[in-house]
Amino acid sequence: MDLDDTPEQAAHRTRVRTWLEEHRSEAPVLRGPDALTDEDAIVAARRVWQGKLAEAGLAGVTWPKEYGGQGLGPIEQVICNQEIARAGVPGILDAIGVGMLGPTLIAHGSEEQKGRYLGSMLHGDEVWCQLFSEPAAGSDLAAVQARARLQDDGSWRLSGQKVWTTNAQFAAHGLLLARTDVDAHKHKGLTMFVVPIDAPGVTVRGLRQISGEAEFNEVFFDDLALDADAVVGGVGNGWGTAMTTLMFERVTIGLGGEGLGFNSARFAGAIAADEHASRDPEVRHRLGALAAEMLAVRFTGYRTLTELQRGQIPGPEAGLAKVTIVNGAIAAGELIADVMGPDALAEDSEWAYMISFLPGLKSAGGTEEILRNTIGERVLGLPPEPRLDKGIPFSELRAKEAAKV
Amino acid sequence: MNLALSDEQVFLREAARGALSRFKTLEAARDALDGKGPLPDLWPVACEAGWPGLLVDDAHGGAGLDAFDAMLVLGECGRVLAGVALLGHLPATAILGASSVHAAGALLPKLASGEQRAAYLPACPPNDVYDSWCVDPAHGSERPAPPAATASGEEGHVTVTGSFAFVPDAPGADVLVGVALLDGAPVGVAIKGDSEGVSVEAVRRYDATRSLGHVALKDARAALLDVPEESLAAAWYLAQSLLAAESVGAVETALEVSVAYAKERHTFGRAIGSYQAVKHSLTEVLRQQENGRSLLYYAGWARQGSPGEFPLAASAARSVAGHALDTAARTMISVHGGIGATWEHDAPLYFRRAQLSRRLLGGTGGATDRVAGELLVGAAA
Repeated sequence: MDLDDTPEQAAHRTRVRTWLEEHRSEAPVLRGPDALTDEDAIVAARRVWQGKLAEAGLAGVTWPKEYGGQGLGPIEQVICNQEIARAGVPGILDAIGVGMLGPTLIAHGSEEQKGRYLGSMLHGDEVWCQLFSEPAAGSDLAAVQARARLQDDGSWRLSGQKVWTTNAQFAAHGLLLARTDVDAHKHKGLTMFVVPIDAPGVTVRGLRQISGEAEFNEVFFDDLALDADAVVGGVGNGWGTAMTTLMFERVTIGLGGEGLGFNSARFAGAIAADEHASRDPEVRHRLGALAAEMLAVRFTGYRTLTELQRGQIPGPEAGLAKVTIVNGAIAAGELIADVMGPDALAEDSEWAYMISFLPGLKSAGGTEEILRNTIGERVLGLPPEPRLDKGIPFSELRAKEAAKV
Repeated sequence: MNLALSDEQVFLREAARGALSRFKTLEAARDALDGKGPLPDLWPVACEAGWPGLLVDDAHGGAGLDAFDAMLVLGECGRVLAGVALLGHLPATAILGASSVHAAGALLPKLASGEQRAAYLPACPPNDVYDSWCVDPAHGSERPAPPAATASGEEGHVTVTGSFAFVPDAPGADVLVGVALLDGAPVGVAIKGDSEGVSVEAVRRYDATRSLGHVALKDARAALLDVPEESLAAAWYLAQSLLAAESVGAVETALEVSVAYAKERHTFGRAIGSYQAVKHSLTEVLRQQENGRSLLYYAGWARQGSPGEFPLAASAARSVAGHALDTAARTMISVHGGIGATWEHDAPLYFRRAQLSRRLLGGTGGATDRVAGELLVGAAA
């Protein structure tokens, strides 16, 4: 039992650390007095930085070499991420593309698609967004209604709305799950498409959240024309393709918890600044309880890494780490605000930002309730809830829902 | 990066499960509560398996293994609520193993073989709020100081006076090992159980599988151990991690039994495990169990790889595991409905285990406070 690098991993880490030391000054500055403030300038600088990271082999580490990656394992990617964090420089801009959508294209895309899109994605020349969720399809993702209609010439016309779309405001492309057959039952009539974002017929609107910032977007499609070769993974196979993306999302979330900055040392630091609170038994109890769980998640991450290193794919139980992280951070926000008082809620306070961010995060990447259903069924083997939508054509389901209104 | 069990560790765990499966420990636990005969004596099983010498080095006849290996065995004991006297014995051998005096070297082979049995006299090290060692009180929340030792003049020997409440596995122990203050400084002491001035009053509280004793020392003659203060403190955290491991083991069984019942019991035409209310409460037990297990890895790794973090890791494990066992036991009762709260069912045995365990060795609340203390000191540094 150890947390050590193998000799190969240590060599990899040294190479990465050396490169970062040599190139740190080229990284965009996002904090402090010299920080960039203009959003367009930030995005431009981060694109360039992503290109440098990709050139140096610090991004897309698990991608095959023929698509610009390093052909290495997830541990080597984690080592890169750790070293990037240690160097205090930003990571890649398009983590969703490189971490989830690129791997989906590698698994299901045509050779033409891989050749056309992967290189520019990896280098940050073209940023991607994930267009799965809709206003009426979140937990029940297979209920998507964005409709792609096949034309006589083999092309498609797409209309509908997507939501919770990160990075859409500067994305070039998106991976979009659409309904192509309303007469098939809901999981069967879906198809995955590559869609342009900066095209006529596509409208991106920022979605402001509790903090006042717009981290997500709504994206509207109005009779957007798509070529036949926009289909990824075959017509009618959209659900399976989406599952691949979500598997990569799980790996990303399972390994990235502390990347959000939710960790026991940071929370303890906020309390330690108050000498009276540091000796208060109730404060200490609350801090100790939430910190113990955050520490557990760190070692759950190491257990996950061990599985990955042995060639095993982390199961849905990695989702429990997300439940722990979010609820632990909520408890920390509560405690810190109780200790600091209203100053914790000043608009420019890091804690106000965290407190505002967490209620939404509870639903992001799978709501807590859906995660508990999935884990209860897949890990504990409990029977699923009876469903009323199995084996029914999607059009009939919709008619039923409409009739009940 | 390797947090997987080695083949030897898997074997150790499977062998423990096999050895303990020969005894009807749950029935025995219920019978003991009813006053129908004593619990099975599992010490011979422990000796045959080599558990008493797990933490004793080769040179003294032990297996030379580490805290994490001992935690695996305690986990198996916890699964079936087996009362094996390791919680008292193993930290005692760890203190003796850190000493180079003749008395320790002479005792260790007998303790490694299990020919003699030791008990650890628990004392909680100082923290960022309290600057003295302290022991669990017999009643309530006062914080008595640990026993004071007085130098007797004879080379290597002292006499010790003081009392320890609710000492695991103290009744019948051949040797008592722990901390005393000599001129205000903590020292390690080893005391023969049958020495003059030693009294051990067996006490039972709520869980018949747990052997406890109030230990009173009055000018009891003790061997002075040349053990550094860190090793005396480490014994406390070793005991915390062993109790955590035992608790996680008990959670495993409680969850397995609950899940099995949730699949077979039907209401309103379907298995109760299909209802979200039941499913989510069972995944909550799983969540806490896995958090506890991750912290056992943390404690096991820290004990070897980063001793400075062992207090934090062991305390976090104890805190999470104790809470997990309470959640698991209560969920086990709820999922089973009324039958889960009846004497004939096993659920109350796990419930009794959860309630008492959380109040021993400084309590899970004390461990939670220690997590905060360690982090606050680290943050202020």
